[in-house]
Amino acid sequence: MLSRKKKERESQEINAGSMADIAFLLLIFFLVTTTINAEKGIPVKLPPWSDEEVDPTQLNTRNVYSVLVNYNNELLVRGEPTQITDLRENAKEFIMNPQALENLAEKPSKAIVSLKNDRGTRYETYLQVYNELKGAYNELWDAEAEKLYQRKYEDCDRTQKRAIQDIIPLVISEAEPVDTQGN
Amino acid sequence: MSKFKKKRGNSSPGISTASLPDIVFMLLFFFMVVTVIRNAELKVDVKVPMASELKKLEDKSLVSYLYIGKPMKKYQSDRGSAPLLQLNDKFASINQIPFFVEEKKLKVAEKKRDKITASLRIDNEVTMGFISDVKTELRKAGQLKVNYAASQGDVKNK
Repeated sequence: MLSRKKKERESQEINAGSMADIAFLLLIFFLVTTTINAEKGIPVKLPPWSDEEVDPTQLNTRNVYSVLVNYNNELLVRGEPTQITDLRENAKEFIMNPQALENLAEKPSKAIVSLKNDRGTRYETYLQVYNELKGAYNELWDAEAEKLYQRKYEDCDRTQKRAIQDIIPLVISEAEPVDTQGN
Repeated sequence: MSKFKKKRGNSSPGISTASLPDIVFMLLFFFMVVTVIRNAELKVDVKVPMASELKKLEDKSLVSYLYIGKPMKKYQSDRGSAPLLQLNDKFASINQIPFFVEEKKLKVAEKKRDKITASLRIDNEVTMGFISDVKTELRKAGQLKVNYAASQGDVKNK
């Protein structure tokens, strides 16, 4: 009887009851400091700095898909007012030119998107336009990958991606914004 | 002695809380892993736009952040309400960008330097004039990999 009692007491020496409290304290700290949403965004490669501005208007106008955004956040695509929601389909048609029309791009590899905005354009609008243009290319790449390799563009390996990009290169040229409002 | 023993035998054993620490620790580890402790205190209001063609930023240690937006209320009295640039945890002027870029390069191993991305966290309301000045400065500094921070969502017409 006596020896049993001793054993019991020895095994209960460390009190783990406060362990939960400590863990809760830490947990609450991390809960408060956490920002779960991982950093996401649209990756862009800027052109290296040079003093001479490349002027896309020098190129064959047939191959230039010019997008102008004014300070009222309105779009002018190849001289015609357009809604942002129509931009993606419009751009895809321009790049691929499925009916081989005279006024659209000769072939996808020659198409150039020229994006120009006003200094008063809202960033939100600019990014939405950029997003739609990028989305158009992404969809075209997906279609091309499906045709050539029967898989999604994301699942292609590096050489396959390069092959697709050779057929449909992403060229978005951004001109210096114009200043019409004195911003 | 015998009194104690009797009582214990009769009462039903309570729910054991011994596994509670384990559960809490599991939660704790989850949050520890997903946590990104904000490296700088924000001094400008940034509400990033919505976009759909997003990519995740790969390596957090290779990202330098530039915040652009209106100063928060408490700073507006001495900073005004025009959009400002924040680098690290201070307001900065545009001509401090090259120094900022170099500073980041020094912190990163030489092999990985060309993988540094500048993440631009820009508020919806900011106008392009200021942003293109920042972009020009980044280009001059040789920081060509740029990421426009955005949150997932569909583009809608307004």
